[in-house]
Amino acid sequence: MAPYASDDSTTAGEVDDLRAGRRKAARYVVPVTVVGVAAATIGLVPAIADSGDPDLPEITAQQLIEKIGQSDVQQLSGTFKITTDLGLPDLGGLESSLASGAMASGSGDGSSADPSAKLTELASGTHTLRVALDGENKQKLSLLENASEYSLIHNGKDIWGYDSKSNEVFHGTAEEAQAGKDKQDKQDKQGKPEEVPATPKDLTEEALKAVDDTTSVTVDGTAQVAGRDAYRLLIKPKQSGTTVGAITVAVDAKTGMPLKFTLTPSSGGAAVIDAGFTQVSFAKPAASTFDFTPPKGAKVTEEGELEGEAPEHRGTKSEDEFRKELEKEFGGPKSEGELGKAAEGGPEVIGEGWNSVAVFDTGGEGVPSGAEVGGDMGGFLDSLGDKVTGKFGSGTVFKTRLINALITDDGKVYVGAVDKDALVKAADSAK
Amino acid sequence: MSRVEVDRMPQAEAVRPGSAIEGGRKVSPLWTFGLLRSELLTTFRRWRTLALLAVLAAVPILVGIAVKIETSDGGAAGPGGGGGGPAFISQITNNGLFLVFTALAATLPFFLPMAIGVIAGDAIAGEANAGTLRYLLVAPAGRSRLLLTKYATTMAFCLVATLVVALSALTVGALLFPLGDLTTISGTRISFAEGLGRALLIALVVAASLIGVAALGLFVSTLTNSGIAAMATTVGLLITVQILDQIPQLHALQPYFFSHYWLSFADLMRDPVYWDELVKNLGIQALYAAVFGSAAWARFTAKDVTA
Repeated sequence: MAPYASDDSTTAGEVDDLRAGRRKAARYVVPVTVVGVAAATIGLVPAIADSGDPDLPEITAQQLIEKIGQSDVQQLSGTFKITTDLGLPDLGGLESSLASGAMASGSGDGSSADPSAKLTELASGTHTLRVALDGENKQKLSLLENASEYSLIHNGKDIWGYDSKSNEVFHGTAEEAQAGKDKQDKQDKQGKPEEVPATPKDLTEEALKAVDDTTSVTVDGTAQVAGRDAYRLLIKPKQSGTTVGAITVAVDAKTGMPLKFTLTPSSGGAAVIDAGFTQVSFAKPAASTFDFTPPKGAKVTEEGELEGEAPEHRGTKSEDEFRKELEKEFGGPKSEGELGKAAEGGPEVIGEGWNSVAVFDTGGEGVPSGAEVGGDMGGFLDSLGDKVTGKFGSGTVFKTRLINALITDDGKVYVGAVDKDALVKAADSAK
Repeated sequence: MSRVEVDRMPQAEAVRPGSAIEGGRKVSPLWTFGLLRSELLTTFRRWRTLALLAVLAAVPILVGIAVKIETSDGGAAGPGGGGGGPAFISQITNNGLFLVFTALAATLPFFLPMAIGVIAGDAIAGEANAGTLRYLLVAPAGRSRLLLTKYATTMAFCLVATLVVALSALTVGALLFPLGDLTTISGTRISFAEGLGRALLIALVVAASLIGVAALGLFVSTLTNSGIAAMATTVGLLITVQILDQIPQLHALQPYFFSHYWLSFADLMRDPVYWDELVKNLGIQALYAAVFGSAAWARFTAKDVTA
């Protein structure tokens, strides 16, 4: 190498040293550039890909709602992400520890493939789901987990739940499910078992039920969702006292299918529920998607087997209550009344519109105090509780970012998407 | 290192970058393959390499036998059949092919990358340690080419190691458990041939998942002259990153950890395949290869070689 070959004078050597040092340093420009380019790509590509809002013809809110109503998507397959942030501690672990506790203390007959045991996991965190529809008789909903998947398949009269992680199968039939227990009794018009309204369409339908004079509905521009042009429908409560800030629904311009649902709380911050398609296709899904035969060796639980046993387990009751509450939270405003009706046989509803508060009478059981429930669940309840007193007496308010519940000491439960004051007012007026 | 030492090493001088063509002697393009072949032979003939492969091959055998014993009384695999243990473990008894996936899921977080870390960490530092690096550089191959050859050898080891695990698992699975059509984790059924195809694809993806660790190990290897130090650093980094990947507070950083999407290979067992995370995984591996590969190049081509 030249610089070294002429290395007989000290001064020249020092100059060369410097030059060689610079050249050595210059090589590190390459990895640094690679890092820079990567960072720029990661930072900029989403911004570039977000090519702005599409140009769509003007439409009124009324027309858009009609469009949603007329939407008749029979065939669909897609992936969607649902993020829920109710401000609860990590529920996934807690719920499963509760479930396993209940199962361990019981006869151990619980099946992890039971849909109701599975879908409550959706109540916190981010989840990826896949949905496939083909007409009225074939639906599939899969919850993608790490290296495993939970699938709920409705094909003809069979409803299968398959948990690949534990290799357990839950089997029910559509008729049974119709008459079945608390959650399975609600079937939507497609005959699909409505466990939790998790798809943007379900959520939107729930939200639109709340549209009356207490609500303002406007079209708030357009957006791109899952590569499709969509209108943004903005639903805002006019009343104060509700915890719901605004609901935004992105509605596919072509099919009228809601593609994205976002519920922001009035307290601000991140969305409480953010559910949207990341990929969607309106082509007919492959018929094999809906075929299911239990794999060899899988443990199959028939629907009836679980019934009747479960409530007897110690600890299951609190879990059930808990689950119901989660569903209410999922159902969005108003739906808590309906779900409650299904569960408890008609609760009283106080107030109207967004400020409705559902009242249940648990029959003098009172607040399940931490000590009473014990364990994880107890600590959890205590940490959420907030003692209040009023004309109604005293009770505990359990708060989430969306749904608040007041449980009075005489066993009445007031639940609504309203703030604490509104709950106390509702309790006072009921007295 | 001082000037004087450099001057005493005319051989090493001769192979500084850009001087691969010495004295007008043309280098045959096949030379690279000659170098690669000799590297591959050296690497795979080492007892250390064979021992690593033997350990990897033993993992599926142990898993297979453990599952067989545990289920011999008709019970379900995993603790209480509740879905504990590595992915897919509950399906092994019904289809031996699942042992391939379980074995890969069990070895990917630690055994495989540790083996890669040993090979990659040893690549340059080991030669320097043994005093053979300067002789390698005497050959008119050029440092860049030597580095590339080392990296290619490491990646070949990734592939071989993964295939060893997969083949060992397939053999054990076929011997101990029934084979046949299998159920994907989405609940649909695929034929055994398609299952084998997916197993091969999964093995390739797992091998590709190790590219990032290999590049990282190679970079660490250029930093030191001690082979042991390089291996220990690489394996230490591996463990640290895996631990950091479990800390929820770091969720904003985690997508950039090389190990974050490793288990996404299981998405190939969904029907239809869910590509999102697989693509992210391969992208991350390519990024690590580019960053640490070029850093290793910058370091190695500018390094004073004394040993």
